Amino acid sequence: MATYTSYPPKGYRVRMSTYWWLGRWPYLKFILREISSVFVAWFVIETLLQINALIDGPEAWLEMQDFFTNPIVIALNVISLFFVVFHAITWFNLAPKAMAVRLGGKRLPGIFIAGPQYVAWVIVSAAVAWLLLHG
Amino acid sequence: MHKRSNEPFVWLLFSAGGVVAALLIPIHLFLFGLAFPLGWLNAPSYDSVLALARSPIGRAYLFVLCMLPLFHWAHRFRYTLYDGLQIKHLDELVNTFCYGGAIVGTIIAGYLIWRIP
Amino acid sequence: MAEQIALEVTRFSPERDKAPSVQSFDVPLRKEWVVLDALNYVKDKVDGSLSFRWSCRMGVCGSCGMMVNGEPKLTCATFLTDYAPGPVRVEPLKNFPVMRDLIVEITDFLEKLSKVKPWLIREKEKAPSEGEYLQSPEQLETYRQFSMCINCLLCYAACPVYGLDPLFAGPAALALAQRYNMDSRDEGKSERLDILSQHDGIWGCTFVGDCTQVCPKHVDPAGAIQQYKLTATQEWVKSLLMPWGGK
Repeated sequence: MATYTSYPPKGYRVRMSTYWWLGRWPYLKFILREISSVFVAWFVIETLLQINALIDGPEAWLEMQDFFTNPIVIALNVISLFFVVFHAITWFNLAPKAMAVRLGGKRLPGIFIAGPQYVAWVIVSAAVAWLLLHG
Repeated sequence: MHKRSNEPFVWLLFSAGGVVAALLIPIHLFLFGLAFPLGWLNAPSYDSVLALARSPIGRAYLFVLCMLPLFHWAHRFRYTLYDGLQIKHLDELVNTFCYGGAIVGTIIAGYLIWRIP
Repeated sequence: MAEQIALEVTRFSPERDKAPSVQSFDVPLRKEWVVLDALNYVKDKVDGSLSFRWSCRMGVCGSCGMMVNGEPKLTCATFLTDYAPGPVRVEPLKNFPVMRDLIVEITDFLEKLSKVKPWLIREKEKAPSEGEYLQSPEQLETYRQFSMCINCLLCYAACPVYGLDPLFAGPAALALAQRYNMDSRDEGKSERLDILSQHDGIWGCTFVGDCTQVCPKHVDPAGAIQQYKLTATQEWVKSLLMPWGGK
């Protein structure tokens, strides 16, 4: 037992189960939020594959588009999209907690910090979509 | 006296990656992962994508899109391994895998982006 | 015959038992009773050896924290009727060693609390003849929420990081450190930063956020820790850009 206190830790202690996160819904939500990072990394891998295809020329690009129509890839991307959107929503909603902005002595309600991020999300997404569809 | 941790460095990368991932990845994933393959929207041609990607801004954008989310993953996954698999005692291995992986990915991204014709 | 509810209580006598066990008691289901009343009924009328901590019975002392049906609660503020028809499972506070029945060893928290220096640190104390320290209501408001902590340790029971790593400072200690950092009379920010910006300090926190959910006084320790992460990062950047800057 680690002697992290000057009093030896007497008393009965249970080691936390590896499945502690299944015990309560808040814990599960937390782990899902953290797992979303894996799907973020998967997106980066997909993007690198696309850039690679871009370098190899039009035929490679067409092959890449075929790859994306594969049902397994589509299923994976549906799941990824869910997790990435879950990440975005939890990220925007948690940001106000880290920033205690005070105006005239009173704390700014969280919506004033979360709200602008959602607006930016819509604007940026629209800009990217427009560039890809019309650029 | 304790020396202050250098954790803020990776935390900054994690936060920046989180913002980029939240703002940009959903639309990219929706378009390239669903809308274009399933024919909901007309996929851009090879030439138009190349024109966007080869511009200096396009290259910078792609680099940021790849690098920062990778470091976001590295930091978050590191702590998921600590808490989920309880392998904090293997922290050197975990750190190497996570941050090392992100660095490798960044180098690959940089190389590929540089090679866009 | 008045309505009854079953209370399933953890029993553990270190002299006798190797591990805790569960004992069930039937207690009256009175509509104004809280779990603490039920425990006191058991101790008074059924089994005097049942051991548990309590004091003010009104949610300000922080003594009666226990797990009620798996959730950390102040037993003086948890109504029995909310759990009807029962049974109600009462267990000792999670993530702490169990000393006896429902009593846990909280020395670890007390040590961590003193480590973060939860008092006003000043370079020079003002002499009483110079008058009192003045603080405006706005200045008070910046830290008032964090000062509401009653050290009930429900947040430690909720925090999975503390459960997994006993070296982690924990929500209440970090929130109380922030309470003093934000106090306009305090001059100890830098001293506390050395202690807090450590792997077992604020950087162990992964913002699960459950501590804030269970806190009976709405202290929001998760918010305090994230705000402090920002502050620590700002200081880190400053020390990079201006390494000659004194503390």
